[in-house]
Amino acid sequence: MTPLSEYLLSLADDRLILGHRLSEWCGHAPILEEDIALSNIALDCIGQATFLYEIAAEAEGNVRTPDRMVYFREAIEYRNLLLVEQPNGDFARTIVRQFLYDAFGISLYDRLQTSSYAPLAAVAQKAHKELRYHFRHSSQWMLRLGDGTDESIQRTQHALNELWQYTDEMFIGGFPAEEVIGSGAAIDPRTLRTGWRNSVDTILSRTALTLPEKDIRMQSGGRNGRHTEHLGHLLTEMQSVARSYPEITW
Amino acid sequence: MSTHLQQPDDQWDLWEVFLQESQNEPHSHAGSIRAADAENALQNARDLFARRGNVKSLWVVRSRDITATTPDDTVPFFEPTPDKVYRHPQFYSYTLPDELWKKP
Repeated sequence: MTPLSEYLLSLADDRLILGHRLSEWCGHAPILEEDIALSNIALDCIGQATFLYEIAAEAEGNVRTPDRMVYFREAIEYRNLLLVEQPNGDFARTIVRQFLYDAFGISLYDRLQTSSYAPLAAVAQKAHKELRYHFRHSSQWMLRLGDGTDESIQRTQHALNELWQYTDEMFIGGFPAEEVIGSGAAIDPRTLRTGWRNSVDTILSRTALTLPEKDIRMQSGGRNGRHTEHLGHLLTEMQSVARSYPEITW
Repeated sequence: MSTHLQQPDDQWDLWEVFLQESQNEPHSHAGSIRAADAENALQNARDLFARRGNVKSLWVVRSRDITATTPDDTVPFFEPTPDKVYRHPQFYSYTLPDELWKKP
């Protein structure tokens, strides 16, 4: 693994794990139309992940295939953000998780469209288009739920309080390696914080929701493979077929 | 089963979806979807009818905002009056003298 391939892997892992979480709603969403919407977004995420794993494998020198990366890595080898691995919970929690990520993803992939690493810039152009739609979907739901009934406001506020501790990790330094940022291939996550916060504040100001207390303890570690307990359970399910029947094709 | 059928409709409002496939074509009816509000209706319509491309524009309208004829309207609205055949354009074309169709 090179610093560049590790960065690409982290981007792919974010999209895959979030997409897998959303796919868990398939057949269970509160209404048929929303079931289709969430499944569509899940497919977008997993599709983006597929492209990102391909360019990560290439950057590694094709020592392993994207399928090996997805189905035969342990939780400790995954590089995704803690936020995206958090369980779906109720519909409000899924929407809050999606909104907090989308507000980050939309500006990350906007900037990555001009990455100096051409394969990544190409993937980012397609991904950014899809993320604009995802953000529209999740922010409209934030308004609907956060300015809706007493129950929807209470559930959405609860989800916001629970998930807020995983937001800081999107913007801390230390990953990716300085050389990957310096070469213009990667975006320094620290430079995305202000824009993200403005997007979040703009939407929340139109709801009855309030941001959690300032002294909340922020969690991080996903970029180094230190995950919450939830990722292991997700991987066990996602990897079960590939590990029971290694090398099978269909 | 019958008790299920008697339950009130607790689904979101029904919306009719119209889509336009190219700039100069009219919007035509694509189907209907459930949605919580207008923006939600556009998004759901997009997912169901427009995700595979070829759509220039989408309209959504609450089904209940459409004024429609009822089945009782059939006779007075739509049935032609049998003794006034001249009201139909076909009446004239069928009875035009043959020579009018010939080139001068």
